[in-house]
Amino acid sequence: MDGEDISNPLMEMCANGIAGVDDAPSSSTSTTERKNRPIISGEQLDIEAYAGLYSGRTKIKRLIFIAHHRDNTAMQLEALRMAYDELKKGENTQLFREVVQKIDDRLGPNYSMDAAWCAMVDRKADQRKDKLESELNAYRTNLIKESIRMGYNDFGDFYYAHGALGDAFKSYVRTRDYCTTSKHIIQMCLSAILVSIEMGQFTHVTSYVSKAEQTPEALDPITSAKLRCAAGLAHLEAKKYKLAARKFLEVGPELGNSYGEVIAPQDVATYGVLCALASFDRTELKNKVIDNINFRNFLELVPEVRELINDFYSSHYASCLEYLGNLKSNLMLDIHIHDHVETLYDQIRSKALIQYTHPFVSVDMRMMADAFKTSVAGLEKELESLITDNQIQARIDSHNKILYARHADQRNATFQRVLQTGNEFDWDVRTMLLRANLLKHEYNLRASRKI
Amino acid sequence: MEALVTQIQGLSGTASDVLSLQNLLKQADDSLHAESTRLPPFLDQLDPSKHSLGYLYFLEACTAGPVTQEQASSFLLTIARFISSCVAEQIRLAPDKFICVCKRFKDQVLLLEEPLRGVAPMLTAIRKLQLSSEHLTALHPEFLLLCLLSKCYKTALSILEEDIFEVDQPRDLFLFCYYGGMISIGQKQFRKALELLHNVVTAPMSTVNAIAVEAFKKYILVSLIHHGQFPTNLPKYASSGAQRNLKNLCQPYVELASSYSNGKIADLETYVEANKDKFESDNNLGLVKQAVSSMYKRNIQRLTQTYLTLSLQDIANRVQLNSPKEAEMHVLQMIKDGEIYATINQKDGMVRFLEDPEQYKTCEMIERIDSSIQRLMTVSKKLNVMDELMSCDPLYLAKAGRERQRFDFDDFDNVPQRYNI
Repeated sequence: MDGEDISNPLMEMCANGIAGVDDAPSSSTSTTERKNRPIISGEQLDIEAYAGLYSGRTKIKRLIFIAHHRDNTAMQLEALRMAYDELKKGENTQLFREVVQKIDDRLGPNYSMDAAWCAMVDRKADQRKDKLESELNAYRTNLIKESIRMGYNDFGDFYYAHGALGDAFKSYVRTRDYCTTSKHIIQMCLSAILVSIEMGQFTHVTSYVSKAEQTPEALDPITSAKLRCAAGLAHLEAKKYKLAARKFLEVGPELGNSYGEVIAPQDVATYGVLCALASFDRTELKNKVIDNINFRNFLELVPEVRELINDFYSSHYASCLEYLGNLKSNLMLDIHIHDHVETLYDQIRSKALIQYTHPFVSVDMRMMADAFKTSVAGLEKELESLITDNQIQARIDSHNKILYARHADQRNATFQRVLQTGNEFDWDVRTMLLRANLLKHEYNLRASRKI
Repeated sequence: MEALVTQIQGLSGTASDVLSLQNLLKQADDSLHAESTRLPPFLDQLDPSKHSLGYLYFLEACTAGPVTQEQASSFLLTIARFISSCVAEQIRLAPDKFICVCKRFKDQVLLLEEPLRGVAPMLTAIRKLQLSSEHLTALHPEFLLLCLLSKCYKTALSILEEDIFEVDQPRDLFLFCYYGGMISIGQKQFRKALELLHNVVTAPMSTVNAIAVEAFKKYILVSLIHHGQFPTNLPKYASSGAQRNLKNLCQPYVELASSYSNGKIADLETYVEANKDKFESDNNLGLVKQAVSSMYKRNIQRLTQTYLTLSLQDIANRVQLNSPKEAEMHVLQMIKDGEIYATINQKDGMVRFLEDPEQYKTCEMIERIDSSIQRLMTVSKKLNVMDELMSCDPLYLAKAGRERQRFDFDDFDNVPQRYNI
């Protein structure tokens, strides 16, 4: 729009200065500046910084996803390299083999198939598994609940580290019978949720979230924040954008980086805002997003998204849509939201169009096309589909290119409906009487034949 | 024989006499049939307006056998005269014979290939046989058949206007509604046609019959023309046989309906071309073509919902017509038929769509609403009367009493206890 100062909000974004891969997967003591740097922005994705937000298996999965979807070979190799390094620290040989195959010897001798390492890890795994099994059997004969629970838990962790997600889930669920305190239950639920998210089975996620929330003890803020994130992700996958938005917006700022195995705070902000824009009306948008003090902390991490929502609310649609366009390429690299991006964007655009036309009696379509940075013909097509779907009550004057609001005349409509209802009633009763007569005749015929 | 004639002449005075005459005639029926060739001269001795019952019996016996071409036209005259002058109460005592005679009359007329001669007499016959205007006789479908064959549709309309509530034979109803539907289509009264065909298709029938199948085909097409859509399922009150089987038997039409609902005229036209023979063999090709052209109308009507003004070129593009001239023709036709409200500005090549000017404020509108209310009240009363009659019917009470356990009658059991058979 005219007069708007699009100052670059990405002040903190510096060049890829901080090198080195994040060493401790789930430590929160790593450089906080890096974690707080806006990652999801219009600029090309900084893979290292992005990967630094996550830990554990999801980090590897995300890197593989980026490599899969990025056409730029350099970025592909960068992502695969980081995945390789991360995998070497863990014990998941299956994923390791996958990544090596994808690398395909393109990164040099250091990054090729390390069969010796694989064999060693597998051997160690077998040993550990036997040990765990014997321990578990011992505990089971002793019938000590706590030890059995810990045994199954260890099994679950072991399977998870080796990528056997189904077995991990089963083990975690088995601990349920041996849980004695609410803390145990919560721990079980969180583990189950983690594995379910990795497996992509979000129905389990919803059920375990509700199970965890039903515990009689009050949850500490971090746990409840984690649970809300998980619930939001489940709703997002189920395409229930309104519910997902509500859940994400309720996440407390205490989350910080503690849920790095699943989701980063930047993601919470982005997902929350996009879903809210696509599904909330103006009052909800103002109350729950813009005036939400808790959520402001998250929004600070993604300044472009914050600008986006402010623009939408203040009707600067062109810049809002511009931000959206910029974000799109990076959003397509995110494993949770990439299949929803198109739908959400369409919904946001429709909402913008509807909101624009709502307060006016007549709208000059040329000015509207300028505001939305599209051509008049394209705009006419979009408006036509919105009118046919009954989302805008208006009519298009194609000759003068003006959109006129049209409010149905209630009185006439009522008369029409009354007459129509009368006719329908008349027809229904008449045909019914005829049919009844036929049935009676048939029944009489049958009765007389029997006699 | 002569004795019979004298008895007829004697006993045709009062109602009780007529009843005793009827018994006599019934007994003499066989002998009448045996001597059918000798009967024509006796007919002249009887006066159809006074001795209708006797005349009827004689006439029926006369026409029982095979009739030659020369005899045919003389018979036609006799029968026509009889129909116009007979006494309604007397012939109602022997409806089967009367119907028989009229049917033979119709056959003769068709044999001579002059259906027009039969139309007026048939109409009179119906009026005399009917117990009330709501009564459907076996003659109704014959009459409609004659109207269809002689192409005088307007006379049929007076019969079709009446509501039918009482039916003698379901088969009559099927034929009546089917022919009635065809006549209404011919007169372009699609709402009436839809109603009649709907009655055939949803009538209770234990097995699907051929009339219902043919009616269903036309029903689909008329539904597309009138409503622009075809409900994929028959209503729940249609018989189960119909619901299951009708769609399978009319496959090309069902596919035509689904192609129509997609909204692409080109696809529809290719489909029609591909299946032309099937439609033609059912004599439905004309109706199919009307359905296709109704699609253009639907699309233009949809445009009135979104646009205030639109250029003719745009209309042609959106509705997939070939040129603005064609679009102009279509819009003009629709304005004349009252299907849309618009003005065409030929200078700019623009069409301006207007709102329905009906303001529901005129006297005519009030009268219309009032008469509508009256009609509905009558129909409601009829429904109540029927309900009361039904609840006193012993057959119904017996069945309801027997099946009391099946239905949950605890709160509202109005069947007396003694019907627990």
